[in-house]
Amino acid sequence: MARKVAIVGTGQTDHKARRRDVNIGELIHEAVGRCLEDARMTIDQIDAVLIGNMEHFEGNFYVDMQMVDYTGACMKHALKITTGGTSGSSVAQAGFYHVASGHFDTVLAIGWEKQSDGDTTAGLIFQADPWYERPTMSGAIGTFALAACMYMEKYGITEEQAARVAVKNRTHACRNPHAHLKLSLTIEDVLNSRVLAHPIKLLDMCPASDGACALIFAGEDLAPKLAPQPAWVKAAVSRHDQPFNGDLPMLDQMRTLTAAAKEAYRIAGIIDPFREIDVAEIYEPCSFAELAWTEALGFCGWGEGGRLVESGATSLGGRLPVNPSGGVLSTNPIGATAMIRVAEAAIQIMGKAGERQVPDVRTAVSTGFGGSWWSDVMILSRSKP
Amino acid sequence: MIRNPDPEPLLDITVQKSYPYRYSTGQLGTFFFRELRDHGKIYGRHCPGCGAVYVPPRPVCGPCWKATDRWVEVGPEGVLEAFTVVHFSFLDPMTGKPRPVPYGYGFIRLDGATSRIQHFLNETDQTRLRIGLRVRAKLKEERVGKLTDIEYFEIL
Repeated sequence: MARKVAIVGTGQTDHKARRRDVNIGELIHEAVGRCLEDARMTIDQIDAVLIGNMEHFEGNFYVDMQMVDYTGACMKHALKITTGGTSGSSVAQAGFYHVASGHFDTVLAIGWEKQSDGDTTAGLIFQADPWYERPTMSGAIGTFALAACMYMEKYGITEEQAARVAVKNRTHACRNPHAHLKLSLTIEDVLNSRVLAHPIKLLDMCPASDGACALIFAGEDLAPKLAPQPAWVKAAVSRHDQPFNGDLPMLDQMRTLTAAAKEAYRIAGIIDPFREIDVAEIYEPCSFAELAWTEALGFCGWGEGGRLVESGATSLGGRLPVNPSGGVLSTNPIGATAMIRVAEAAIQIMGKAGERQVPDVRTAVSTGFGGSWWSDVMILSRSKP
Repeated sequence: MIRNPDPEPLLDITVQKSYPYRYSTGQLGTFFFRELRDHGKIYGRHCPGCGAVYVPPRPVCGPCWKATDRWVEVGPEGVLEAFTVVHFSFLDPMTGKPRPVPYGYGFIRLDGATSRIQHFLNETDQTRLRIGLRVRAKLKEERVGKLTDIEYFEIL
């Protein structure tokens, strides 16, 4: 059996629409500095550096090499991992596996994106097959519009239920000093916002942000010495699926998230997720996605995501808060976004979440998402597995 | 952290790149696009394991890990399984210009196919679109062997 691993420190930049005051390396360095400070460690104590982002947004394909001075990777084992939207969580999972293997005692994991350096929707075209998809591809917005259309038709999910997610998460973000968007919204604001591609309206959709996030993973002997309350990794699972949007049902009973969650719960010994999980950070690029993915995570039955958000259970103060950080709807530097989910789950376990702290967190789950439709799931715990 | 003491605006550099990539479509893709170009026909690829008929075609069925074994003619009609009308204009990397909006967009399951393709629709009034409508591929007169040889799908 592999050895036990915990997160002992996190760091994030204060995410913004445009960080024109820093170059890529300086942005990354801010998050790295904050993470080392949080863990009260020096860079000499780091054995390996893993880094990732969604490269076509900046057209920079050598971040592991070019940013060595900023990441502390000089003369260390270092790898770049890029898996689209899941880049941040893939880097985090790799951090866990490196330490779990026993070959590294401490690993610094970094996710980042400088969206303002490029054009987000144009950049996304690289995800599409040049022959069969690029001529008609309509960005993340077009894809989610089609996915939401099918999901709404099958279960009677309403735009109003999706709007509740948007209001909930933006309200949560007002308590998160790192969040990009801190908006006070009503359901009417969301329903009246500009239609991008029906049913996706402006306020149903995530922003594009500049930001970076870093985590430090440590082995079981070191972790308790480094952090008063480490965030222990109970499970780290990822699942991929077929490459074309048209191959899959998409939001409805999303295969990869359902399968990854099932396996993660099996490893972590979780039988009743809604009762046993205290907080969830779900990677939700649009409001409808959070509804569908509370179902895939087993927090409620198929098609019941709308009723779940209406019940208030997934708001701060509810039975199982989802995205107390404000989620992707509030902050989205894509290469960092999936890692921010892990970081925010860890922050909850560590008791460092300030005004967004959920009381008495023992178990937290975080998810990562990539288009088309692959998933990462990580389960963190207050106690050593 | 170093802070720039200079009150002048920080510098930016704009880089506009145009890379000529040349992608092979492979043996199955060549058959698919030649049939579309020369005969106006659309074909899917059959998996002997699960019976799926894939458009776009592929040599291996992912879930079954079996080689697809034969071509199956599909369409040109099909069912609209998801729809939207796109209102936000974005830089289209295929043309280098903003894509004109609004336009209809949807998932179409061609008759005989298991998977769906995403393509344009000839309707921009959201209220006239619904899941389950019959649609037909509208082919261009002059075809070159690309997906856009299908100009859009027309609502029947």
